[in-house]
Amino acid sequence: MAEKLLNWDEVLIGGVIKDPGNSKQYETGSWRVERPVWNPDTCIQCMFCWVYCPDSAIKVDENGKMAGIDYTYCKGCGICVEQCPSKPKSLKMILEAEAKGKTEEELRKEVFSSEK
Amino acid sequence: MGKKVALTGNEAAAHAIRQINPDVIAAFPITPSTPIPQAVAQFIADGEMDTELVTVESEHSAMSACIGAAAAGGRVMTATSANGYALMWEMLYIASGMRLPIVMAVVARALSSPLNIHGDHSDIMGGRDTGWIQLISENSQEAYDNLIQAVKIAENKDVMTPALVAQDGFNTSHTIEIWELEDDQKVKEFIGEYEPLYPMLNTDEPITHGAWAPPNWYFEHKMNQLKGLLNAKDVVEKVGKEFGDAFGRYYGLYEAYKLDDAEYVIVAAGSVCGTTKDVVDELRENGVKAGLLKIRLFRPFPYKELAEALQSAKAIAVLDRVSPAGAQGGPLFTEIRSALYDTLSRAPVINYTYGLGGRDTQPKHINSVFETLKKIVETGKVEKQFDCLNLRGVWR
Ligand code: SF4
Ligand code: SF4
Repeated sequence: MAEKLLNWDEVLIGGVIKDPGNSKQYETGSWRVERPVWNPDTCIQCMFCWVYCPDSAIKVDENGKMAGIDYTYCKGCGICVEQCPSKPKSLKMILEAEAKGKTEEELRKEVFSSEK
Repeated sequence: MGKKVALTGNEAAAHAIRQINPDVIAAFPITPSTPIPQAVAQFIADGEMDTELVTVESEHSAMSACIGAAAAGGRVMTATSANGYALMWEMLYIASGMRLPIVMAVVARALSSPLNIHGDHSDIMGGRDTGWIQLISENSQEAYDNLIQAVKIAENKDVMTPALVAQDGFNTSHTIEIWELEDDQKVKEFIGEYEPLYPMLNTDEPITHGAWAPPNWYFEHKMNQLKGLLNAKDVVEKVGKEFGDAFGRYYGLYEAYKLDDAEYVIVAAGSVCGTTKDVVDELRENGVKAGLLKIRLFRPFPYKELAEALQSAKAIAVLDRVSPAGAQGGPLFTEIRSALYDTLSRAPVINYTYGLGGRDTQPKHINSVFETLKKIVETGKVEKQFDCLNLRGVWR
């Protein structure tokens, strides 16, 4: 993410951004204190999480199905967990510190072990 | 040559807006500026304008809608006063930061509390650092002329900064004066077509307005914005001259009234300048070298030019129509005094607060200021650096 830092007399007037989509360069995943963990076994594919996620961090596969979380951009706000309607919830928040060094599969087992 | 009309300051502003015929106006009524959007609504209803009038639920929303419309690429105007202006506060910074050349008529009025709907400069002086260009009018003619010029100033490519044109609540806004209304077509030609730099509605070149700037970008953007505001100074002079060439009334950064050789000088802004001119005329008839420096452009503050214009003065009184609010003096006073610090003549400068909440300022009050200035020159002593005009009780 090598952005060129422009001088005051080089920046575009009024903070206008001319290259659309450059928010991709901003990796909001670095903000995360907690992270959502996804359980595909209980997920009903309602796609609410995809609609609500403010950072477009819900991954979608070629069939238009929920395919996990993009941790490069997921900032850990927890909105997806709040609104997940499946019973039990298919998304849960855990502390980022607890996720250290573990694979997604390991985390999934750890977090959702009590729910089938 | 325009047509002579007898109308109020508010009507002068409304006619300027009618002739400018902006794409969008979003406004919320507040005394004493209510007659402006009211008259504009009538013009639109009568088919004399085709502006989109957005009625909103507050001034915060009014300025927000103006910002949206201006970012979309429209020529946008509004009007407000006092607490309405204060409610716009947050959005005023956003309009200037986004470099949207919105033009606003402000009918200057006291801020509550106590509740008061009459004229003073509490509103515009409170907003002096919001990054807007500020032009202050003495009378209806100037309120009309300044609004037309403000469009051209704000939209200049080197400026692209919102501008407000102030007139005094009631003293000007509700007083019928004779002034010249120019031809619709000539005004239209004078301001020309507006070409926005980055209109949101241009889908061929998608852009983002109002984005976030983290610590490694914000500073550069703010200084870029400042340059645009500072560039307005030269543009104000240029447009003032062009306006004179087109309509016969020339404008500069300030007005020097009998100032060339003046020894006793009042510096003021707004309608009080009319009263002061009468007093200066009378004193001049009696051989007293009195003069007036009338502030026209307050932001950006043309400090070098103003200091230069004050070099003949032996004593100066700055009149502020706002409380100093804990500063050494009113905003005009502190800036004029600061401007003089780097010049050869460091004449004594005193400060008066006057006219708060519509308090009358009469020739006898202005006369007393000149009397004090004479005494300062005679004795070489400043007894009071700050005082009040027409306040009950001695200020101490
Ligand atoms: S935690 Fe927030 S950012 Fe992350 S996926 Fe859920 S909704 Fe999106
Ligand atoms: S909201 Fe819950 S159930 Fe719906 S798709 Fe997302 S994870 Fe699955």
